[in-house]
Amino acid sequence: MSKFAKKKSGELPAVSTASLPDIVFMLLFFFMTVTVMKNSDVKVENTLPNASEIKKLEKKDRVITIYVGAPTREFQKVFGTESKIQLNDKFADAGEVGDYILMERAKKPQELQNVLTTSLKVDKNANMGLIADIKLELRKVNALKVNYTTYEGDAFNNLK
Amino acid sequence: MPRRAGAPEVNAGSMADIAFLLLIFFLVTTTIETDAGLDRMLPPIEPPETDVVIKEKNIFQVNINKNGQLLADGELIELKDLRTKAMAFLENNGDGSCNYCQSGKKDPASSDNPTKAIISLKNDRETKYGTYITVQNELVGAYNDLRDRESERLYKRPFTSMEAEYIKQETPASVKEELKEKITKIQEMFPQKLSEAETSSSGGS
Repeated sequence: MSKFAKKKSGELPAVSTASLPDIVFMLLFFFMTVTVMKNSDVKVENTLPNASEIKKLEKKDRVITIYVGAPTREFQKVFGTESKIQLNDKFADAGEVGDYILMERAKKPQELQNVLTTSLKVDKNANMGLIADIKLELRKVNALKVNYTTYEGDAFNNLK
Repeated sequence: MPRRAGAPEVNAGSMADIAFLLLIFFLVTTTIETDAGLDRMLPPIEPPETDVVIKEKNIFQVNINKNGQLLADGELIELKDLRTKAMAFLENNGDGSCNYCQSGKKDPASSDNPTKAIISLKNDRETKYGTYITVQNELVGAYNDLRDRESERLYKRPFTSMEAEYIKQETPASVKEELKEKITKIQEMFPQKLSEAETSSSGGS
């Protein structure tokens, strides 16, 4: 009989916190995997247009990115409001695109140098003139594979 | 000897296992966000050595002006009609050699067959990029619609889904091999000949 009486008088056991580190590590790993590392700040307005017939850009190591758009507010005083090209971390002219591509290409391993794609992240309000200049530069350095990076969506939203 | 302490402590040894199970679940289900967009090939800068003579009727000329208006084959059209227009052009089947074209009007003033049809896209320097992408999207869409239709007929699945599976890294090599064959077959039926000529300047210079 005394066996049962004892249980009633006992205090509640403390919840074990031994697994807390595991949970924390789990969260850590989760965030580590879903975070995409950005190696450059985008200094231009970059609202990409929408398109529905898109293809995924697999294999991140084979992509060179060029940003185009109007400078963001903090840079407008210096660079104005006209659309600009951003290569890595700085603004550039269309003429510098070719050199940039060659430089980036040289950084990649030999076997990837012929399969690189240039991803053009262009703000939807940019003018085509600048894009035409970039395209000409890309053709000069024989970087012919381009990807007009867009969001997935109805293409007719671009016209609004 | 009877126990003096209260209730025994809950065994937390398996908590770590549960945590790892969750971790692995998230690892497997989360896909890292990838960029997507319209893939295009630019023409090489050196002109081809042999001049190719292309008949005027095999070219579908699309012009976008600086206000975003669209001129297709000499007609002012709405953007939303572009896809059907382009499809009709590709499938026109003027010389009757295309046995898989379904709605071919056989208009003698339009393209001979899908393998000869070329869409040429021209834009102004002041055209908005958004408009340009919409037009590109519609033209690529026209090709994709036709390819999907043929692919459904021959292989019972859309072309675009085959292509998406093909470029995925996880797809095993044996499946890729098989897909590649089908993809090439469809691409030969409707080759994507979308030319991007140099931009014309609006100043008339």
